[in-house]
Amino acid sequence: MSAILQNVSTSLSASTSTFVGHNNLKVIKPSHVSMAGRMSAVVKCVASPSAEKTAYKTNVARNENLAKLQAGYLFPEIARRRNAHIAKNPDAKVISLGIGDTTEPIPEVITSAMSKRSEVLSTVAGYSGYGAEQGEQKLRAAIASTYYAGLGIEENDIFVSDGAKSDISRLQVLFGSNVTMAVQDPSYPAYVDSSVILGQTGLFQKDVEKYANIEYMRCTPENGFFPDLSTVRRTDIIFFCSPNNPTGSAASREQLTKLVQFAKENGSIIVYDSAYAMYVSDDSPRSIFEIPGAKEVSLEVSSFSKYAGFTGVRLGWTAIPKELHYSDGFPVAKDFNRIVCTCFNGASNIAQAGGLACVSPEGIKAMHEVVGFYKENTAIIVDTFNSLGFKVYGGKNAPYVWVHFPGRSSWDVFSEILEKTHVVTTPGSGFGPGGEGFVRVSAFGHRENVIEACRRFKELYK
Amino acid sequence: MYTSLAFSFMPYKTILSPRASITTQDNKNATVYRTKVSRNPTMEKLQYNYLFPEISEREAQHAKKYPNAKIISLGIGDTTEPLPDVVASSMANYAYSLSTRTGYRGYGAEQGSKDLRKAIAETFYKDMGIQGAEVFVSDGAQCDISRLQMLFGSNMSIAVQDPIFPAYIDSSVIIGQTGDVEQGSGRYQNIEYMRCDPHHNFFPDLSKTARTDIIFFCSPNNPTGHAASWEQLEQLVKLAQENGSIIVYDSAYAVYITDGSPRSIYEIPGAKKVAIEVSSFSKIAGFTGVRLGWTVVPKELLYSNGFPVINDFNRIICTCFNGASRIAQAGGLASLSSEGFKSVMSLVDYYKSNAEILLETFESLGLKAYGGVNAPYLWVHFPGSNSWDVFNEILEKTHIITVPGSGFGPAGKEYIRVTAFGHRENILEASDRLRSLLL
Repeated sequence: MSAILQNVSTSLSASTSTFVGHNNLKVIKPSHVSMAGRMSAVVKCVASPSAEKTAYKTNVARNENLAKLQAGYLFPEIARRRNAHIAKNPDAKVISLGIGDTTEPIPEVITSAMSKRSEVLSTVAGYSGYGAEQGEQKLRAAIASTYYAGLGIEENDIFVSDGAKSDISRLQVLFGSNVTMAVQDPSYPAYVDSSVILGQTGLFQKDVEKYANIEYMRCTPENGFFPDLSTVRRTDIIFFCSPNNPTGSAASREQLTKLVQFAKENGSIIVYDSAYAMYVSDDSPRSIFEIPGAKEVSLEVSSFSKYAGFTGVRLGWTAIPKELHYSDGFPVAKDFNRIVCTCFNGASNIAQAGGLACVSPEGIKAMHEVVGFYKENTAIIVDTFNSLGFKVYGGKNAPYVWVHFPGRSSWDVFSEILEKTHVVTTPGSGFGPGGEGFVRVSAFGHRENVIEACRRFKELYK
Repeated sequence: MYTSLAFSFMPYKTILSPRASITTQDNKNATVYRTKVSRNPTMEKLQYNYLFPEISEREAQHAKKYPNAKIISLGIGDTTEPLPDVVASSMANYAYSLSTRTGYRGYGAEQGSKDLRKAIAETFYKDMGIQGAEVFVSDGAQCDISRLQMLFGSNMSIAVQDPIFPAYIDSSVIIGQTGDVEQGSGRYQNIEYMRCDPHHNFFPDLSKTARTDIIFFCSPNNPTGHAASWEQLEQLVKLAQENGSIIVYDSAYAVYITDGSPRSIYEIPGAKKVAIEVSSFSKIAGFTGVRLGWTVVPKELLYSNGFPVINDFNRIICTCFNGASRIAQAGGLASLSSEGFKSVMSLVDYYKSNAEILLETFESLGLKAYGGVNAPYLWVHFPGSNSWDVFNEILEKTHIITVPGSGFGPAGKEYIRVTAFGHRENILEASDRLRSLLL
């Protein structure tokens, strides 16, 4: 097998953990994220000239949008680094506070509903085939009444999915390549990466670490992690995540009112990611639809992943108000429905049975307990870094702690923490240039691991 | 605004009505707020509802009109028989284990569990040199088709069989690969339609086929039921090699083959350099609602600049997807165990026997029915007819749902697709009703 293929197979199969490392063909240097064109260059370098010449190539051009992407998706890269570290230090007890992966068992009220549904599928009376692509009606109704009671969002506005990440890309397919978008900086990388893939952006600009044609809305401690909207250019779409991944900041009612007003003035559509809403501890809004006028300018994406530990079960939803219209008056929900019917075929019926149990009274109580557990973890991490004299953000309304390391490269800090404490975190610059100088510590983990990780942090930074 | 329809595929309403309805109003009210975001022009190009929600809607309307009628659905290809115990219990047990400390798992590998990828490779691609690392587990073929379109991007040209399962065309329009629809023919500009009709053994005349980047090819075919022969697939692979094209081979019905036709494109030498294969557990294991499928991207498949397609597909999977449900994957693995595979194959046999019954029925009525031998679909010819008219007549008079052939493309105009999924008693009942209508 040629050297190219050998490398490909290594990079894709070498994993004992949740993520398969991707793009092993290059190393991401801590100090700069951009690796423009190096991907294909490495492929060429590795091959021997004769293998390169004789390997059959189709005449199909690579999608240039994929070529714009600078590196692998962030979290497989974190996984790769974690795995490499484990391999190098087989006796170390590596603790993962990097990828935001839930660790605690799913409450039995929820799993028993999924078990039951599985068994029912083996009966004549209970077997069901294709479900409605938009989700089972009962679940849609229950999501609407649980999360949007009194907000004018009804069951038919809810589209059940296999998770927020898939929904984000389906929304990008919906919007198409001719729209402009704005994101918070830093932000969850799926918004930017899916935008690049769909052809909405220009090339990556190494000097500023941004893709051309995306409006990055800087969110810092200085501006309360809310952008100065007077400096933000108009874009068609505004991605806004609150409570925020990675900063943990939850936008206030006043801030969201400004955002809605901004969208209204500019005729923009807000894609509001509320996947961490159940972590809100104060009176920050849990849904964009709590803001008057929001239904005419926003849609909302959410997920059961971080509420019920459904990261592997796969269930989420998108809420699109009837009032949301394109410039020609066409309802956005109608086109999204077409996308869902054509590019998707519904979330797994078993996962949906679990979802229905999640939003039962017993299930909601159980989810709050799970969320509460992770919130306690968060508090421990916040206390630890506070006690060490760090400036710490987030951690109140989200399971993420955003720790400031002024003047330092976040990949360097990531490596240092990994090397010296065997704890995996996530470097802030993986979330955008606005994340440089910060490290995200996620609060998902068994209590003893979180406590142990904090003990090690104290050792390192005392 | 909404485009008017000028050819035979007339939806029931001009606005789509999916399985679940959306009550929106035409926004003629000038005071209703509109954003300044333009509707995606590719969505505007779509002429009508996706085919299958349209069929569902018609069924719902019919049920309202005849509340006492016993409607038999031979329309949407939806499986009807319960999951085998071994498969269902594996999922039940797995779900339960998620509530235990030792059994709980969070995010899975986006590409799927290693065990399942390996089992798929060993079960379906034995001796074809496809490894687990080249198998990407998904939540179904329909989703994979759209992810492949995202992978390819809007600057691709595609060829499809005519008639064909509509997802390839519709996803191509949505992603921006096509021009507008031609009024009259119903074909989209920039798609190469490869006519497949009985007189040419349901295989296109490749000498008349313009070069395209991508060739979608479904075999056994939905809707015609035809399984391409070895010789035909050899020609296809040869064409792809000559043109430097990529074949996207949909083998979702491969397990229904009875006559020794190839079950995978990779049985053809050289195919790994030119083809991607998509498949699904839907019609193998009754997983239409459970949601599980896979796509094979061989390592040898390279873009024109030498870049491996598998690398980009992996990037798409990691960015636009987050893995198939672990519970569904547990069920998939159980269905490929030796006991599990036996039990799901007996379900497949059940549907195949249904197909035989329907074939006999149409034969006894003097109607030419194609397919039904290598696929759970019959493609019945009503010469000189308009398929929507035939669909309506069958529905009105026998309360049987079918699918009008023109829903699959202009070449389907005189045909009706009848599926063989159903409880045996319904298949027999449907046969009786058809006999009384058509004799």
